Amino acid sequence: MGVEGIGARVTRKEDKRFLTGKGRYTDDMTVPGMKYAYFVRSPHAHAKIVNIDLSAAKSMPGVIDVLDGKELQADGIGNLICGWMIHSKDGSPMKMGAWRPLAVDTVRYVGDAIAIVVADTSGEARDAAEAVVIDYEVLPAVADVTAAMRAGAPQLHPEAPGNLIFDWQIGDPDAADRAIASAAHVTEIDIVNNRLSPNPMEPRATLGIYDSAEDHYTCYTTSQNPHVARLVMSAFYNVAPENKLRVIAPDVGGGFGSKIYIYPEEIVCLWASKKTNVPVKWTSDRTEAFLTDAHGRDHISKVRMAFDADHRITALKVDTIANLGAYMSLFSSAVPTYLYATLLSGQYAIPTIHANVRTVYTNTVPVDAYRGAGRPEATYLLERTIETAARELGLSPAELRRKNFIRSFPYQTPVIMNYDAGNYEASLDAAMQAADWNGFAARRSGSEARGKKRGIGMSCYIEACGIAPSAAVGSLGAGVGLWESAEVRVNAVGTIEVLTGSHSHGQGHETTFAQLVAGRLGVPIESINIVHGDTDKVQMGMGTYGSRSGAVGMSAIVKALDKVEAKAKKIAAHLMEASEEDIVIENGELKVAGTDKAVPWFQVALASYTAHNLPSGMEPGLKETAFYDPSNFTFPAGCYIAEVEVDPETGETDIIQFVAADDFGNIINPLIVEGQVHGGLAQGIGQALLEAVHYDENGQLLTASFMDYAMPRADDLPSFKLSHQNTPCPSNPLGIKGCGEAGAIGSPPALINAITDAIGTNRLTMPATSMKVWQAIHAAH
Amino acid sequence: MTKVTLTVNGRTMSGECEDRTLLVHFIREKLGLTGTHVGCDTTQCGACVIHMDGRSVKSCSILAVQASGSAITTIEGLASQGELHPVQAAFKEHHGLQCGFCTPGMVMTAVDMINRHGGSLTEEKVRTELDGNICRCTGYHNIVKAILAADAEMASGRQAAE
Repeated sequence: MGVEGIGARVTRKEDKRFLTGKGRYTDDMTVPGMKYAYFVRSPHAHAKIVNIDLSAAKSMPGVIDVLDGKELQADGIGNLICGWMIHSKDGSPMKMGAWRPLAVDTVRYVGDAIAIVVADTSGEARDAAEAVVIDYEVLPAVADVTAAMRAGAPQLHPEAPGNLIFDWQIGDPDAADRAIASAAHVTEIDIVNNRLSPNPMEPRATLGIYDSAEDHYTCYTTSQNPHVARLVMSAFYNVAPENKLRVIAPDVGGGFGSKIYIYPEEIVCLWASKKTNVPVKWTSDRTEAFLTDAHGRDHISKVRMAFDADHRITALKVDTIANLGAYMSLFSSAVPTYLYATLLSGQYAIPTIHANVRTVYTNTVPVDAYRGAGRPEATYLLERTIETAARELGLSPAELRRKNFIRSFPYQTPVIMNYDAGNYEASLDAAMQAADWNGFAARRSGSEARGKKRGIGMSCYIEACGIAPSAAVGSLGAGVGLWESAEVRVNAVGTIEVLTGSHSHGQGHETTFAQLVAGRLGVPIESINIVHGDTDKVQMGMGTYGSRSGAVGMSAIVKALDKVEAKAKKIAAHLMEASEEDIVIENGELKVAGTDKAVPWFQVALASYTAHNLPSGMEPGLKETAFYDPSNFTFPAGCYIAEVEVDPETGETDIIQFVAADDFGNIINPLIVEGQVHGGLAQGIGQALLEAVHYDENGQLLTASFMDYAMPRADDLPSFKLSHQNTPCPSNPLGIKGCGEAGAIGSPPALINAITDAIGTNRLTMPATSMKVWQAIHAAH
Repeated sequence: MTKVTLTVNGRTMSGECEDRTLLVHFIREKLGLTGTHVGCDTTQCGACVIHMDGRSVKSCSILAVQASGSAITTIEGLASQGELHPVQAAFKEHHGLQCGFCTPGMVMTAVDMINRHGGSLTEEKVRTELDGNICRCTGYHNIVKAILAADAEMASGRQAAE
């Protein structure tokens, strides 16, 4: 470990451009002749389109053209798809309703795109959109998932009777029922996981550029996975063949899942650029983001957890309904199934688990993966249930958890996952110590003396990251493999470019990936550049989500580096007339072990390109490519403790302290890992206390701005106390588990457990706003 | 179209714009200074904060024509001769940024905060003063740390100068 290698607290290489205003985001891009797009969107949650009249809009000042879905369809552009096939328990495939990039006959949520206006200025495009005349036949709408399942509810898609997309299960229902029937104690609880809007600070944007001379398209876009965007737009949406479509995701201002998916706007702007023969740029405003970015969560569940007389969990049975919105977004089907129910064992040895999941259409924007994606829903459900059980059984929450911890690895859960390593008690102990758990009773008395209610709550989470072994996910319905690629390109003077299929949109890959190379070769970190986000530069990649960039993306770099080093050693051995096996790479030199013979790294690189004196038969050059397909998921885990003080007069919750003790396996850069945890915690605390998407009964979005949707702000949050208890991951070469989502996964139940502990009632749903907490206090007494 | 002339980062710059053009769009699209960002439509997020005649202003809440004749500092004008401003340096040192999108507004707000309260900032005060800037990545932990560190650094710089 050098000062810049793995484990070092290196400040970020990318920071200077962001700090000086030199970041290059999609909306910063301008090209000659570029025009501005504005989308005409449905104001109704559900309606038939009777007629569209574009004529007035087309004659507005500055307008280049106005295009609608009929033209798009006539040009053969395909419908949007969901790329993960789920089968219902009766064997039938999920019911995917048609999602047209521009609606032709029916609109199904407020914000559904209908037409695109292209004009000289964004103001003119917006003005002309006002002049598009659309006659609607308004249909009854349904936004609530329970209402959508009732007989007589408005029907969204003819393919999906009863609005049911699939009715899926995992585990053995009869065994779970038997265990519950014979249990010494059964805890029952209804759990609601509130619907959230991801809200990366950079709104989505796209710039479509069609080159008629080359019949070639370039798409600048706010994407977490530009190669997946190109693949899907080529293979399924018929925009252009892959060799005629370049997708560039430059600096991207946060994603949190919402920028994984390919949305109508990318497709339509590329197509419109060809139709109008001008480059077309669209930038979402914040209200459009609330209306059209895929939302997250939105589950309701009934839970039963069974215990024997010794307080060991004998079974868990879960019945979940998940709202997927008006259409099936790209990975929407995987979130409430394989990313959710497979984590329902948590950190506990539970012999029998059964989960039934029904997914349902509603007249709301599509729901897909949002930071954590299924795992926060599983953790919230499990950790509120076990906390409730501890209260019912009169046990301390820590003791009940300890009693049921998995302690030997590998551990096969009843819900597919095979946990490879962990030490759950170490995180629990560290968190309790950091929170001074034993001193809580005295602090509670102090609060009582001041008329305040103090509570403490914990959450022991586990997640599955390092997504994912391709054959495994393929067998479960995934339409893609989830490996990663890397190319290590050594230049003639020894500087290095690493091309990666991972994409950084805040995670700091330009630093951490360079640390790996700097540490391995002993060269300065400044001599290494990380290249990503451009399908013309990087051959293929699967992008960044599910905390996969370290565990999967960096493992691919390790494989490519292995090959580069092997070739460099051959060259060095040849130059020094030594045996290849005796060459070691240290401090920027290739040395003959045990001697003072050495050649500098740059000299080996140069020798590979001059090719004057290479081993017989060796190809010139020093550049290697590797694909890494993980052998297992990784399993970050930890324990979070929240301590709160509630003012019973106002219901206001003050977070006194928040402790996070995480096991992320080996850590590349503690500075960056801590930052990932801080951000995740803020999002989880936001979910628990502040954030909620609300639609009214007609499907109108009531929370469509930052004035209506409460984002966590600096004065809503405390400073956090972090620690790490790392057990290296045995499933990848660097021992990395991943850290991107843990904060958002583990924190909501810790907070709600703390608040319910403070107020003495368990009847509380997220977000625990002052009003809801006040009402809960008063309903209970 | 109306001609707007501003002194931006010490240079006189002008351009034509519609009367309805917001200052932030004028800066980004007419002057080509894209460091100032737009993160919302309701003056909530603070990604567009600049300094106008020495005070921090949300450039999405003022028309370009209203700003005509004023002196503007944007994020591009903060570093001098390649040296990061102490606030910029503290954000780097303490990892006060991730995706970078809110960062220009955060930094401009922080500089203004230190200008107004230099030497007397506390964590609580910084958190209150940041109410008009939203960050989705950092949880604010390291932003608060960076601002306090920059404040201390700049205060000791002032003392040394006295």
